[in-house]
Amino acid sequence: MSTANYKEIVWNGLWKNNAGIVALLGLCPLLAVSTSVVNGVGLGIATIMVMTCSNAIVSLVRQWVPGEIRIPVYILIIAVLVTVIDLAMNAYVQALYLVLGIFVPLIVVNCNVLGRAEAFASKNPVFPAMVDGFMVGLGLTLILAVLGGMREILGKGTLLSGIDLAFGASAKAWVITVIPDYHGFLLAILPPGAFIGLGLLIAGKNWLDQRQRAKPQPLHVPEASAMTA
Amino acid sequence: MSSGYFRHSVKLALVLAAFALVGTSLLALTYDATKGIIAASEKRAKLALIAQILPPELYDNDIISDAVSLPPQAELGTSEATLTYRALKDGKPSGAVLEAVAPDGYAGKIKMLIAIRANGEISGVRVVSHKETPGLGDYIDIAKSNWIKIFDGTSLEKYPSNEWKVKKDGGRFDSVAGATITPRAMVKAVHKALIYFSANREKIFSLQAKEQAK
Repeated sequence: MSTANYKEIVWNGLWKNNAGIVALLGLCPLLAVSTSVVNGVGLGIATIMVMTCSNAIVSLVRQWVPGEIRIPVYILIIAVLVTVIDLAMNAYVQALYLVLGIFVPLIVVNCNVLGRAEAFASKNPVFPAMVDGFMVGLGLTLILAVLGGMREILGKGTLLSGIDLAFGASAKAWVITVIPDYHGFLLAILPPGAFIGLGLLIAGKNWLDQRQRAKPQPLHVPEASAMTA
Repeated sequence: MSSGYFRHSVKLALVLAAFALVGTSLLALTYDATKGIIAASEKRAKLALIAQILPPELYDNDIISDAVSLPPQAELGTSEATLTYRALKDGKPSGAVLEAVAPDGYAGKIKMLIAIRANGEISGVRVVSHKETPGLGDYIDIAKSNWIKIFDGTSLEKYPSNEWKVKKDGGRFDSVAGATITPRAMVKAVHKALIYFSANREKIFSLQAKEQAK
């Protein structure tokens, strides 16, 4: 694998084929959980973990999986993997489980994971597959963090609320009150707020892409901006 | 030709079965390896929750194991069997932790734990699960506000039954303007649980403890 390929994997995962705002896969947990930055990043981290591992395993066994039954086999692998991670986290890293635990089972039904297994991991060696899983997960995490931040500021007037659940009671001081004495805007917290917010993010991404295209620039635009992104 | 298809199908079935077998064994192994640790930490979490509402100096028994299963009770709003934890000090009943459900929250059932001292006074209440509106009705959750502590120290003797209402309805209990349905349901459920406890105290403490309460 040449480095150019990795650059493409990174660029695809983070921007060009972003799971949250381009591929639009796995929207159910994305819309449900992105009520705050902490929740969003929580689901994002859980997704990164699962996708890196599932891509690695699917890539490892890819030569033994006949094409006709690949989908059931991938589903089996992902379901087993998620359940094993869920149980192991609960048993060995309880503190982390209390924070991320509710997100991990959500990932079983996340078609991002299956999508990357099918589209990338089943055709590529282990290491690039892992990088791909990590990058797609990271791309989703970024969207979740931004969407969570938007909804949290509009809905509650704060940022990072709930961080004390992850880092102990002392972290309560980290919560940023963006708008003091704010009475909340319920729409942003409820599901419609998630759809509206996601719509705005998709529109924003398309607008940026169009502006980029309108500018007369050399051919290697994606690579160039991947370096700076 | 057809035998070729047949052989191919059998091969596919075998490969799928092999993956299923490996996957299932992995699951079984992980489950077995983590079962004990998870049960222990769940017990610790439950104890921590009970310790919030029932002062540890009130009991010296193994409160998690000393639980009795109560069949569904209309007074507790429960529709399935629930566990009641009994607190004993020097062998004498000193309190109990009941599971109760307020069925008429704004968005469905509100499940709670209610700790009552032997003298009928509430030692504490915590909401275990609810679906009340985020940012509006969710102040019943201790993570969001201290509202739920208004029940601490209340009892049937302290407030006559017509005062077991929110202030808006002419009762004793505060509520947040614009979100009274939730506390109304909570006050009603706690009141009913107190009545149930005072009527069934002897029964609760005389029941045989389950050997392995989960």
